[in-house]
Amino acid sequence: MSLWTLVLLTIAGCYAFKLAGYLVPERLLGRPVVRRVVELMPVALLAALVVVEAVADGHHWHFDGPRLAGFAVGAFATWRRAPFVVIIAAAAATAAVLRLVT
Amino acid sequence: MKRSLIAPENRAAVRDSLGVGVAVGAYGFAFGAASVAAGLSVLQTCLLSLLAFTGGTQFAVVGVIAGGGSPGAALAGGLLLGSRNTLYAMRLAPMLRVRGVRRLVAALGTIDESTAMAVAQETPELGRVAFWWTFGGVFTFWNLTTLLGGVTGSLIDPAAVGLDAVVPAAFLALLAPRLRTGVVERRIAVVAAVIAFGLIPITPAGVPVLASCAALLVAFQLGRPR
Repeated sequence: MSLWTLVLLTIAGCYAFKLAGYLVPERLLGRPVVRRVVELMPVALLAALVVVEAVADGHHWHFDGPRLAGFAVGAFATWRRAPFVVIIAAAAATAAVLRLVT
Repeated sequence: MKRSLIAPENRAAVRDSLGVGVAVGAYGFAFGAASVAAGLSVLQTCLLSLLAFTGGTQFAVVGVIAGGGSPGAALAGGLLLGSRNTLYAMRLAPMLRVRGVRRLVAALGTIDESTAMAVAQETPELGRVAFWWTFGGVFTFWNLTTLLGGVTGSLIDPAAVGLDAVVPAAFLALLAPRLRTGVVERRIAVVAAVIAFGLIPITPAGVPVLASCAALLVAFQLGRPR
């Protein structure tokens, strides 16, 4: 699959998911189990993405000091309920400065 | 200007909605830069923001590609993450009551932020105002900053500006509100994180994220919450 195919299928799939909710009768997708799975799936996926983006390089573990420090500062800002801009800026600045001085 | 066109009772909803749009703009910059760093062109990057228009999915897709995963794994992870928008649309449909072209446009704008702002309002009328203004605000800033990030991102070294630390922090920021809602969510997140961590060295890139869905079994082992 080329990158173009990936981009076009992602667009088509994402739009289809959105439109489906307006077209499909509620009783088909409204079963509690289905609803619960779709509600909770992002929790699992996002948690996995956090881990992979923080400690993976391809399919190896890779514990990079500046990246982990930046992530930790971003996580602290998230925990303190900082605005999104602050979280991103704090994570980026920490990693960038550590790379500059080491 | 526009402000005189807005009925006084709608002003608070409009102001909050536009505020959300501006805040999300920063994230669009990070997406644009991350996408170009992963090897997508600026055009591909902008098309994703314009037409897929769902941040978590877009980040997941370029994240898997950047990590060396296959396009198939990137697509699967992205679409699984995008499936939640179906539920949002079902929740919004009775409130928006849109038909024809307006329904096709409303579908594009059915995302985390517009749904959250719409359902938080006290009346369906204010809900509709919040939906359209949040959609408009996020769409405008998200696409402008994607373009900006995509263009400038190709001129800079992503690691030198700390972009590699931004991506996991951004995912955590997306996850945080869900972690605060309940113990089931927190347990699923921990189990999913452990699964992903354990699979990193033994599976191709992209697989740890997909396999983390097995963590949902935790929710059903705890019975039917709520």
